[in-house]
Amino acid sequence: MTDWNVIPELKQIVGALLFAAREPVSIETIRKTLRDAAKQYEGPVKDFAQVTDDDLRAAIKQLNEELIRDRIGIHVGEVANGYRLQNDLNCGIWIRQMLEKGRSNRLSKPALETLAIIAYRQPCTRSEIEAVRGVAVDAILKNLMEMQLVKAAGRSELPGRPWLFATTQKFLEYFGIKNVQDLPGIEELRRMEKAQAEARRNEAIERAVNEEQSVPDASVGSEAVTGDATTLDTDTPGDETDDERPDQAGNSRAEDDASEDENDEAGVEDEFDDDDDEFDDDEDDEYDDEDEDEDFEDEEDESEEKS
Amino acid sequence: MTTNEPYKVQLEVFEGPLDLLLYLIKQDEIDIYDIPIVRITNQYMQYLDVMKMLDLNIAGEFIVMAATLMMIKSRMLLPVEERPQVEDEEDPRWDLVRQLVEYKKFKDAAAHLGELEVRQENLFSRSGEGIQLGPEPDIALEDVSIFDLISAFNEALRKAPREELREIFAEQFTVAEKIDVIMDMMKRKGRASLSRLLGGMTHRYEMVCTFLAILELIRLRQVRAKQSEHFGDIDLVPIEDL
Repeated sequence: MTDWNVIPELKQIVGALLFAAREPVSIETIRKTLRDAAKQYEGPVKDFAQVTDDDLRAAIKQLNEELIRDRIGIHVGEVANGYRLQNDLNCGIWIRQMLEKGRSNRLSKPALETLAIIAYRQPCTRSEIEAVRGVAVDAILKNLMEMQLVKAAGRSELPGRPWLFATTQKFLEYFGIKNVQDLPGIEELRRMEKAQAEARRNEAIERAVNEEQSVPDASVGSEAVTGDATTLDTDTPGDETDDERPDQAGNSRAEDDASEDENDEAGVEDEFDDDDDEFDDDEDDEYDDEDEDEDFEDEEDESEEKS
Repeated sequence: MTTNEPYKVQLEVFEGPLDLLLYLIKQDEIDIYDIPIVRITNQYMQYLDVMKMLDLNIAGEFIVMAATLMMIKSRMLLPVEERPQVEDEEDPRWDLVRQLVEYKKFKDAAAHLGELEVRQENLFSRSGEGIQLGPEPDIALEDVSIFDLISAFNEALRKAPREELREIFAEQFTVAEKIDVIMDMMKRKGRASLSRLLGGMTHRYEMVCTFLAILELIRLRQVRAKQSEHFGDIDLVPIEDL
């Protein structure tokens, strides 16, 4: 039995907080808790007022190491931009048994794909998602929003001001992801998007120049799929407000998010501009070699067809 | 609902033309950077035909892709000198390939998310309790893709003995009836193999009814389709409620 009067270690306090928390706890939250308590109470509690983030990180690390070393059955997980106590994976079976968890509902492949696109490309519009999948995502998007894995995150500056979508905190928790930057291959998949958007924009401009029409906007994402006659819904304000109502939970910061995200986008583009060139060159080189071979291939196919 | 009313099945296929193309590419082990466009186009059109036969809700995008494939095919058939001058003299397939490659990468990312999802089922925490997803509407196929099912149906069609075209049968088969048949089989045998279900049938209409019944049962979460190996036989398994 732990004694009420004995002054706890920092590590102990952190452990207790992680235990009691209802959601993943960030370093900031812990630090704030300790400092606020120091203002409120007298005595040893005040000693923890000066605790730094590094102190806390060290405490968490040590806590985790000891839990794992002593095989307690739980450890500290890093999820959704915070920390939480969770069970050791190999003990999961028994927990499921005790809690009488039947087979859970899992997401379908189209839902996972849509989620993946949003997760890697956020914030993004419905058109951008559809451009990758090649098919409408209305129903799936609505569903993901209802499950609170996806939220509306401001509006794009493009004509029609289409809604932008992003993943939620719950998304991170559901998949046990630390944060979005932690997704595997995120650098490459974001880079591909920039290169493609560039290519499409250039194509569109060239076409317009040749046909002597006005230059189309950057919102030509869906043209890659459908050519001219687009059967995909183009974003109009009317449609947007009907189908994709913004998530109620804490979206007063939507405006802030949007502008922040736009700044991020700009920053990211600067970083990647150099890389884009490399990327495009490689692809063109590969392709030149294949040009020679494929003509033969098709001729063979054709003669087979005829006979 | 009287049994005389035809069972209206409203099915939406969430997979699109790119899914179908990737499926065909995988099935035939085609090199994505060197697609035999004639063969792929023919297979693609064949699948569209089957889907129409099954009265599946074919998104407009499927038709657009068919047109795109035709266009690429015709460009590939022109001698090199006569090809319309696109900037960089690109291979006519390039746009499509780029799209397929990008989509495939996201499919891989999605598969990774799927693995994380499964892993998380065994992780519990005071914070994680609330995360139970509601069921998805319409057909949410987890283990098996709609094209696997269509392939199986196509196979069964091919193997079925030729229909007697002389007599016109009254429509004895309905989707509702087939649903009962399948549910009954589930109760008795526990599972059913798709090929065995469809294999005994001779009338195309009966096969269509059976297929639609299966899709409906999957949608209503009564039954799950499983495939133990890629492009292998498909089994139907009942879903137990607690």
